[in-house]
Amino acid sequence: MKYSYFPGCSLKATGRAYEESFLSLCKALDMEMEELENWNCCGATSFMSVEMGAAYALTIRNLAIAEKAGLDMVAPCGGCYGILLKADHYYKKYPTVHESAVKSLKTEGLEYKGTVRVRHPLDVLASDLPPRALRSKVKKPLKGLKVACYYGCRFVRPIAPFDDMHNPETMDLLLKTVGARIVDYTMKGKCCGGAMSGAMPNVAQEMTYLILRAAERAEADVVATACPLCQFNLEAYQDEIRAAHPDLKPIPVVYFTQLLGVALGLDATATALNRQIVPVEPILREKGILADEKKQPATAGV
Amino acid sequence: MSSIQRQIRFESDRDPGFADEIRAMPGCELIDRCIQCATCSGVCPVSTYMELTPRRIIELTRNGFKQDVLNANTIWICTSCYECQVECPKEIGITDVMYALKTKAIQAGVEPKHLGPPVLFKEFYNMVRKTGRMSETQLAVRSFIKSNPMQMWGMKWLGLRLLKTGRFSVKLEHMPKPSVLHTALDHADRIDGRRAK
Repeated sequence: MKYSYFPGCSLKATGRAYEESFLSLCKALDMEMEELENWNCCGATSFMSVEMGAAYALTIRNLAIAEKAGLDMVAPCGGCYGILLKADHYYKKYPTVHESAVKSLKTEGLEYKGTVRVRHPLDVLASDLPPRALRSKVKKPLKGLKVACYYGCRFVRPIAPFDDMHNPETMDLLLKTVGARIVDYTMKGKCCGGAMSGAMPNVAQEMTYLILRAAERAEADVVATACPLCQFNLEAYQDEIRAAHPDLKPIPVVYFTQLLGVALGLDATATALNRQIVPVEPILREKGILADEKKQPATAGV
Repeated sequence: MSSIQRQIRFESDRDPGFADEIRAMPGCELIDRCIQCATCSGVCPVSTYMELTPRRIIELTRNGFKQDVLNANTIWICTSCYECQVECPKEIGITDVMYALKTKAIQAGVEPKHLGPPVLFKEFYNMVRKTGRMSETQLAVRSFIKSNPMQMWGMKWLGLRLLKTGRFSVKLEHMPKPSVLHTALDHADRIDGRRAK
């Protein structure tokens, strides 16, 4: 299985662990990801707040390049995924968006016919693999690990091609497949604050606090995410949040691809667990999923 | 704060052409369907911080109260999580209306000059227009300098945590060939009302 891969800007920076763990996982599952040529930023929420015509043209340019490659386009970042889907949809629905993008693409000799299928790793892993492909590869089932799956907004809003808009559960199913126990909690689709974490920290940190508190009350050992901004907002500001809410205990926040990698027995480089600010290894060792450090021979590499 | 201002709106405050401009933007064509049920305000995770709730924004927008909506903090607090949009019983593109109002406010030059979100959006826009990609650290630093330089001091521990985990990068990322994007974007229409170059 071969796909066009649209990494987006965050997966090359703070979301590095997502790219590393996702690409290793794909390798282990024989899925080929080919990075899109000369891709540009999707525009996220910011570009569109300043200039709308260019914003759609910017996003559609990536779709046009992917169409040339002729493969499904996989975008792991929630922000990229959502905006690519929306731009594709609006390109077909609104003549103003269409005309503007056509003019823009023409300068590069590109055109977009509207045939690209924008996919998210959750969708691809849940729907494209042959039955039991994932389960048969599990080496270290995540037995006893209580996971709160956090979806946030973009996988199902405003457009939901692969999951339920109001109660998404693809991530639950994938992690259940590899043995994790999924906890039910109320905040799985609430906004993490998005770009507000930098622009209005007090507002965003209040939002992430409510999500983390709900996960904690559901007795989750770890929160799983599928977007670099969600992961960052939920994990990186826990110390700052604790200043206002001392009751919040540190809780590891990982990418679902990292947990799948652990279950498949991939090595430390492949799962990128060393990139965690709130370490996740202690709980994985406690549950007997990762081998105890002390018991490992001294020569074992990390 | 000390100046005393009229608290009710007059017919003469309206700019009906403004409502039409908004209706013409993608996703905003259904604002007249609004039944003022306030589902949007109820599901919004940040409406508690807003001067005007989303419900009021829709009503004021479709009646042409341009100054009120463009000067409300609402449009900058919206995180565009689309919860209002998917829950709206009349399927109105409320998040798209927020985007439309943001572009209009920036176009009119009335966006708050030191408030985090508009500063961030403009810096993001300038960076992506130039390099074709977004560089997180550079964007954060540039935005803080223009909005709240003191905030950077508070971010030092966050920086350290990122550095320790190998997630910190000061490099300015760019496309291999950003020039093609410059030309392409210069030829896009200004569907937010501005005239094309």
